Amino acid sequence: MKKTEVCLTVNGVTHHLGLSPNALLLNVLRDELGLTGAKYGCGTGQCGLCTVLVNGRAVLSCLTLAVAVDGADIVTVEGLSRPDGSLDPIQEAFLDHGAIQCGYCTPAMVITAKDLLNRNAHPTEPEIREQIEGTLCRCTGYLSIVRAIKSCGDRAGAPAPRPSPMKKSR
Amino acid sequence: MPEKQHPANDHPPVDVVGRSLPRCDAADKALGNTKYAEDYFLPGMLYGKVLRSEHAAAKILSIDTRNAEKLSGVRAVMTAKDVPHNETITRFGQTHTVGGFEGLYRILADKKVRFMGEGVALVAADTPAIAEEAARLIRVDYQPLPGVFDPFEALKRGAHRVGEESSNLVCYYKVRQGDITEGFAASDVIVKNTYRVPFQEHAYIEPEAGLAWIDDDGVINIQVCTQVIEHYREIADVLGLSYNKVRVKGTWIGGGFGGKEDITVETYLALLTWKTKRPVKMAYSREESIICHGKRHPYIMTYKTGATREGKLMALEAKLVSDAGAYVYLSPWVLLYSTVGAAGPYKIPHVKIDARTVLTNNTFSSAFRGFGVPQVCFAYESQMDELAERLHLSPLELRRRNYLRKGEATATGYVLEHYAASPEAAEKALEALGEKTKSKSPAVKIGRGIGSSMTSYGRMVFLHDTSRSYVGMELDGSVTVRCGVQDLGGGQASSLAQIAAEILGVSMADTRVFIADTALTPIAGTTTATRQLYMSGNATSMAAKEVRKNLLDKAGEILGAEPGDLDLRDGIISVMNDPSRSVPLNTVVRACASSGISLFHIAQFNAPARELVDFKKGQGQVFPDFTFGTHAAEVAVDVETGKIDVLKLAACFDVGKAINPQAVEGQLEGGTIQGMGYALLEDVILDKGITLTPSFSEYLIPTSLDAVDVRCILIESGDGIGPFGAKGVGEPSLVSAAPALANAVRDAIGAGIPDLPLTRNAS
Repeated sequence: MKKTEVCLTVNGVTHHLGLSPNALLLNVLRDELGLTGAKYGCGTGQCGLCTVLVNGRAVLSCLTLAVAVDGADIVTVEGLSRPDGSLDPIQEAFLDHGAIQCGYCTPAMVITAKDLLNRNAHPTEPEIREQIEGTLCRCTGYLSIVRAIKSCGDRAGAPAPRPSPMKKSR
Repeated sequence: MPEKQHPANDHPPVDVVGRSLPRCDAADKALGNTKYAEDYFLPGMLYGKVLRSEHAAAKILSIDTRNAEKLSGVRAVMTAKDVPHNETITRFGQTHTVGGFEGLYRILADKKVRFMGEGVALVAADTPAIAEEAARLIRVDYQPLPGVFDPFEALKRGAHRVGEESSNLVCYYKVRQGDITEGFAASDVIVKNTYRVPFQEHAYIEPEAGLAWIDDDGVINIQVCTQVIEHYREIADVLGLSYNKVRVKGTWIGGGFGGKEDITVETYLALLTWKTKRPVKMAYSREESIICHGKRHPYIMTYKTGATREGKLMALEAKLVSDAGAYVYLSPWVLLYSTVGAAGPYKIPHVKIDARTVLTNNTFSSAFRGFGVPQVCFAYESQMDELAERLHLSPLELRRRNYLRKGEATATGYVLEHYAASPEAAEKALEALGEKTKSKSPAVKIGRGIGSSMTSYGRMVFLHDTSRSYVGMELDGSVTVRCGVQDLGGGQASSLAQIAAEILGVSMADTRVFIADTALTPIAGTTTATRQLYMSGNATSMAAKEVRKNLLDKAGEILGAEPGDLDLRDGIISVMNDPSRSVPLNTVVRACASSGISLFHIAQFNAPARELVDFKKGQGQVFPDFTFGTHAAEVAVDVETGKIDVLKLAACFDVGKAINPQAVEGQLEGGTIQGMGYALLEDVILDKGITLTPSFSEYLIPTSLDAVDVRCILIESGDGIGPFGAKGVGEPSLVSAAPALANAVRDAIGAGIPDLPLTRNAS
């Protein structure tokens, strides 16, 4: 198949790639760029594990043709941490609340949460649940994930000290 | 070690154990750094693909692979005739041989196919697209057979024979205690019902995947998401190689729940890499995963339970029939768990249980969190609530009068040796629901229910289970643990770090656990049966204590003190009564190293070993210990539409000792929500063996909008047989959730529903 030139800025680095017109963004990120944080879970947009930010919004990369996002600014989980390698507040919140078990949904969950927090610094619990509805998790029952995202919203703007992981949230 | 079952309990936890510290694997997972099986690539690797049967039952008349082989980019095509030992026996890391449990394991279908999705041929090609195209080009000439899809039909004389054996009956277990006729004669109230539960799909969000290659020493390496790295022996058997020529390295697993206990991609990968001498990668699609891996067994369970008018259980008779599907796999073991667990956590003088598992041409059934216990728990707990209603007792009160206590015998005649927390757990779980919600509409009825369970942790005692762990001090004072534990996501590795850090007085950050490599980590057994914290936790604790002993001896010399008077914490060894006399751990480590004192230890923990129970009567000890607990639920049922809304959930379990309370609560929450899925949503539908629910739009699992907060209450009796008195919670956390919800629905609508999922009949 004839290759098309596609320009993608991923986690701040610009790539000029020759891609098949049918190349999916998920496969380009994983196979061409070695960014394996976004996962295959179903290939049909039902599980949400492939979620990345495209121009700031959460997008299912398994249903997105790479040519369709030519010129876009893409952020994957690998691009969330600070330049010194330390965790983004949402990632820290996941650690603090024990919201990570097998971790396979974690990249998509933190990206999906980021999408919400970018637009709404203090989301309510129903807003959080609605935001992550399309991202499946089979380990946690979602409850610790919801608490983690909620705590991030509660913290935003107010320089409150980090809650101790010892402190029970219930 | 068999006499001493509590190797860690003489060391009270101080600094690390018992704290909700972030797990050692969490930061890399949050950053997206963690590699899972599908995230590995090797230069020059090929892509493997399995051609699967479209028929549930058919003869294979011929297979023509010529067109596939001719396709450019195809490097290997293999069928049953190319597999050196196509038929073997499943052993599941079992080192002590007992008869009657071994199942045929066939790598590729030969002469006939037994279920839709069974592997028929393998392809390795340069790209996934070529591999897929090649699989399409393989011509298989099938002669369809009628098949049999219902276990009762399969038991009839003249039924289609699923396998090569003369009968479709896989095995038949019995429990006989007391005299069942006498028991029912002494009962004032008897309730009898037949319960049906469906296939349940694990729906781990990481589909099966792996990568294999041959290394410089000619060893076949397989990097795979598995709960059982010890399958390396079976893989070697298939290829006819010695066991030290196959290495399995388990990756961090994206969930398993029992579904990655059986071999998945490993043998296929081994065969393709062995044939092509090239690295081969294989990853299942979601549809393929749902169609071809084992499910939770559907059961049909007829229960008859009798009690006196004072609410004393007198007799329980159960007939269990499970659908094993097309191959035996773990069905006999699962059935044994159901048989032993069929009477629940209750003291019943007269018990008669008859349990059978039967081959059909459905997708095979195998291990799934709870392993045969959630099915019977749904049945015996539904019976309890109907009995309570008939006796005009509250469900809690009826249970209270019958719960087994320490020192009392189970239906299989095993006298409980440890604290049985059922009464306490039930009261606390129900109490945690708080005030009852008021209905806002006459059509909406509010109901509450509880479900109690006793679920084993650790494998069956006649398997003589063992685990091993290496603990060593590095010269900089950091700690290395090497243990063949597979990490499913439950914190299996992290809990070992927490235990080693506690005993050696270092922080979690200074402790590193290397896991799941048959070449480099001591073999630790399967990550199944809620056994890793118990087994490998004990092994790690034993090893760490040996190292600690050497360190304290040396520090005693340096400080001129008795080792018994020394304290080791925060990287410093000091005299307990005089902390001014102290020496840094690093100094002691170097002193040990320079004087030839061992800084590492490999310990083996042996579970209590017993002989095989005779399952014509089913009397004896089968499990090392049990975890007791109760789920409670409150629901709102719209009696006009049948819609069930879950309002509140609670789970109270005696966890013995919470090594990491937050991780334990994570298990309770996740298990409860998975159990809620089993109760209300999940149903693998097969039509004559064809899976009609091969995606997440047909097979529904709970989403964030379905999940209801779970109030978790941890009882810490300290009476478990794991490290620091811990018990296991991985499986128990799911078992009694469905009956709690079913009983809540019964309470709301005034009638019990005998089938799961509940939506089917409620509408």
